[in-house]
Amino acid sequence: MSTLKLDLENYKELMQQYIETQDEQALYQAEQFSKHSMQQNISPEEIINVHVQSLQHLYPDMPEHIRSSLDFLLETMISYGLAYQEYQSLRERQLELKSEISVAANMQKTLLATEKPEIEGLDVGAISIPAKQMNGDYYHFVKDDSGALGVAIADVVGKGVPAALCMSMIKYSMDSFPENRMDPGVILGSLNRVVERNVDSSMFITMFYGLYNINNHTFRFSSAGHEPGYYYDSKQDYFEEIDASGLVLGVSPEATYEQCTKEVHVGDMIIMLTDGVTECRQGDRFIEEDEVLEIIKQYAHLPAQETVEHVYKHFERLQDFQLRDDFTLIILKRKV
Amino acid sequence: MDFQSCVNIKKEWDIVGARQLGRDIARKIGFGTVDQARIATAISELARNIYLYAGTGKICFEAIEDMNHKGLRIVAMDDGPGIKELSQVMEDGFSTSGGLGAGLPGVKRLMDDFDIQSEDGKGTEIKAVKWLR
Repeated sequence: MSTLKLDLENYKELMQQYIETQDEQALYQAEQFSKHSMQQNISPEEIINVHVQSLQHLYPDMPEHIRSSLDFLLETMISYGLAYQEYQSLRERQLELKSEISVAANMQKTLLATEKPEIEGLDVGAISIPAKQMNGDYYHFVKDDSGALGVAIADVVGKGVPAALCMSMIKYSMDSFPENRMDPGVILGSLNRVVERNVDSSMFITMFYGLYNINNHTFRFSSAGHEPGYYYDSKQDYFEEIDASGLVLGVSPEATYEQCTKEVHVGDMIIMLTDGVTECRQGDRFIEEDEVLEIIKQYAHLPAQETVEHVYKHFERLQDFQLRDDFTLIILKRKV
Repeated sequence: MDFQSCVNIKKEWDIVGARQLGRDIARKIGFGTVDQARIATAISELARNIYLYAGTGKICFEAIEDMNHKGLRIVAMDDGPGIKELSQVMEDGFSTSGGLGAGLPGVKRLMDDFDIQSEDGKGTEIKAVKWLR
């Protein structure tokens, strides 16, 4: 109560000063007054009330019709005051939600963490950056007993929290598969049944799964409706699309997944990506597939990890640092 | 000043009557202009809810007094369909999605105490109190 009275005095003086001098300083202080009032959660009708009281002090013989008109104004401000309070409380809730999501995003990072394997003769680079706080893309490396490297790259159609929840499930199903049975076609078949049973039918997951055999340098792969990968032939300086037929995960429990094999020669690369890479946009224009490959080639002489990072930075800049979709890129390069 | 008076709500015009009576009582109790306006707005919300969702009902006013201060109690009653999801209607932004009307959270903000009881199919009773400071 005392602070309000103080403010009334303050307001009265400021108003009087302004009425007498019309000077800008009083207006500046009025601005400060309103900001201060907002900090104190004072609603507009209270300001009008202060205004009316100040007027009455300064002009005790204020005509009745003026006074009534101000009461009328005050009445119309009540709903604005309520809307303002509601806005404040929604804003607080939004901040709460934001911080909850950032906790969840951190948790997701821990849950989905995969270690980039150190394999002699193979240079591995991987990057995955979410467009929003939570990532709907996912990649995963597994090394089996024979030294073969399994690589999964997946994309949930959709973004944000639901996509992220879905990915956590995929990761745990994959962890539960036996490590000595890593045929890409079999893995996608099992995942397909898990997704079909557990995920809402409106949610689709695409995945590309590859198995790099370090002994004979072959790459076996299957795809569940995922963005095709690329094979870069360094001798011919030529990119070749690598794809295998298969339905997206979760559509039909009977889906089967074709398995293809590619020989990998020294200096060549296998590129796996999500549509966040191929569907980058510059303004309203989707970039062409060739542009992506051109940029990859431009940085291909670097170690694989640096290559993927440079490619990411290039497209991040191209899109004004605002990713529209989660961006995931993996490169495997045969060194020897 | 211990009296109770009610206004029946049947048509939209009755909302004005309820506001008028509520404001008169509030003024007699000693509420200032701002609080009178808030009380009137709360009455509007409650009366409009009855008019829109229950069809008919009534709003009663009671001057009350506890040890330290005087106050005004508003009771809104109807035999309408009741409210199934109380926590939802008390949530900001739920009933006010069109940006019109303050909804029940608004009434709660305008008043000091707020209590609601509602049974599916049996109607709703809302009690709200404003204390004189």
